[in-house]
Amino acid sequence: MKALHNVQHIAHHVGQRSVNVVDETGYLCSLFFECLYWTVLGRRNHQPVRLSAVLKEAMQIGITALLIIGILCMAVGVMLAIHSIDLLQRYGQESQVILAIGKSMSQEFAPLIVAILVAGRSGSAITARIGSMSESQEIDALRVIGINPVRFLAAPILLGMLLIVPCITLFGDVMGIMGGALYSITQLKMSLAIYLERTLKVLEAADIWKGLIKSLAFAVLIALVSIGQGFQARGGAEGVGRSTTRSVVVSICCIIITDMCITFMLSRV
Amino acid sequence: MTDNLDNRYAIRVENLVTHYGKRKILDGVTIAIRHGEIMSVMGGSGSGKSTLLRHILGLHRPTSGDIWVLGKNLPRLRQTEAFALRREMGVAFQGGALFGSMTVGDNVALPLREHTKLDENTIGIISRMKLEVVNLAGFEKLMPSELSGGMVKRAALARAIVMDPPLLFFDEPSAGLDPVVAAELDELILRLRDAMKMTIVVVTHELDSAFKISDRITVLDQGRILMSDSVEAVRNSDHERVQDLLNRRPRQEEIDPEAYLNRLTGEDV
Repeated sequence: MKALHNVQHIAHHVGQRSVNVVDETGYLCSLFFECLYWTVLGRRNHQPVRLSAVLKEAMQIGITALLIIGILCMAVGVMLAIHSIDLLQRYGQESQVILAIGKSMSQEFAPLIVAILVAGRSGSAITARIGSMSESQEIDALRVIGINPVRFLAAPILLGMLLIVPCITLFGDVMGIMGGALYSITQLKMSLAIYLERTLKVLEAADIWKGLIKSLAFAVLIALVSIGQGFQARGGAEGVGRSTTRSVVVSICCIIITDMCITFMLSRV
Repeated sequence: MTDNLDNRYAIRVENLVTHYGKRKILDGVTIAIRHGEIMSVMGGSGSGKSTLLRHILGLHRPTSGDIWVLGKNLPRLRQTEAFALRREMGVAFQGGALFGSMTVGDNVALPLREHTKLDENTIGIISRMKLEVVNLAGFEKLMPSELSGGMVKRAALARAIVMDPPLLFFDEPSAGLDPVVAAELDELILRLRDAMKMTIVVVTHELDSAFKISDRITVLDQGRILMSDSVEAVRNSDHERVQDLLNRRPRQEEIDPEAYLNRLTGEDV
């Protein structure tokens, strides 16, 4: 009898969670389409999404994070070089490290590191900002002023992310490759210019595009999750803190799962 | 039906019922507010007065009932129509709800920037004029965090009147203010009504303030209207709950021992 009760309890819990996930996914989809609606038709409804707001968001998300992104991507580039040279040396193929670093940085590591960093740094800040605004009735104030909060707050963040995340991913590509190069040239006894020239030779446009497609998907995910969590934050400072943590965890989970799916799909192209 | 031809009233609430979960918050509320009058909505904590205000502002959708604002049935309007109608309303929230990332001047100027095509120079002049009306001239460059409680409320009022709306709402205008500042705010509300012919709704539990500024008073208790009449009629009412409220007498409830025991043991949950 007790076992049956436990099974019922677990089934109820799983069912409830599944309903919540579907509910939240639906909410994020509606948020995405509402952002698109205001972006495309805002001007016609006398509520345009302002370019200045988009650029301000892009600046906060990307430009101020360049240093940390540069350092981290460079560090990953160095680590990749250490492992790759160590492995490739066993087969006498250490010169292939250029290919390994170029492809893996542009297709995988740079988009992933940038996305995780943006989720942790900007995503959490966005959730905290919107959550606090919600708690202090600022969102209500926007509504009664006749300003749609999705148009005024969410759409500029989404567009800013879409604008800046691919750009900083390209920056991450360059820094990662440079990091790999700095270690590899000492091991392969070649000049930096030759290393970079060979990198450009082995890299194809598709490698860059694949990374950029991922970065666009990650940008949408981070923006929607962090905005959605902000709008749904309830329960004072503790509630805002909980939503901020949840925003980072959900964003990173979504990024990694989406990365796997996109990698699988692009590998079939 | 979204249009009402009865132009005597600025706001008419008919048989409004609303629930939060299973809890009934408003139970058949019906009030009518004439053009140009000051109506105070009074009641104890949890009586439903702030919820009523949020419904009139269109921030909550009722379970049933109609809310006619300037001839439009707010709950039945489409989102874009509701946002357009809200431009006819100014709201001074309890905590001010100023946008923390903007200066006082930018807060006041925001509705003008969003809803008009005025140039920045004109917007600046109008904003300074409104700040002067609330005795905050020269404070436009300060951030909201640099203002005192009373100044925040006055800045919020300047933002609420910047578009010269025909309807003005106050949520607990005197809460948290010292008696002198509260009295100044009362004077300001009267001045605004006389100068700008606004219809003003004040949600408050401050008796002195309500008696001083109101043309009529609506008394709410447990989601129901006890009375809605002139100041004199409310003052002289022989209704027991109204007298409890006016004389600050605690509610005398008969306790059912069985229900009390069930509540303690959690059996009625």
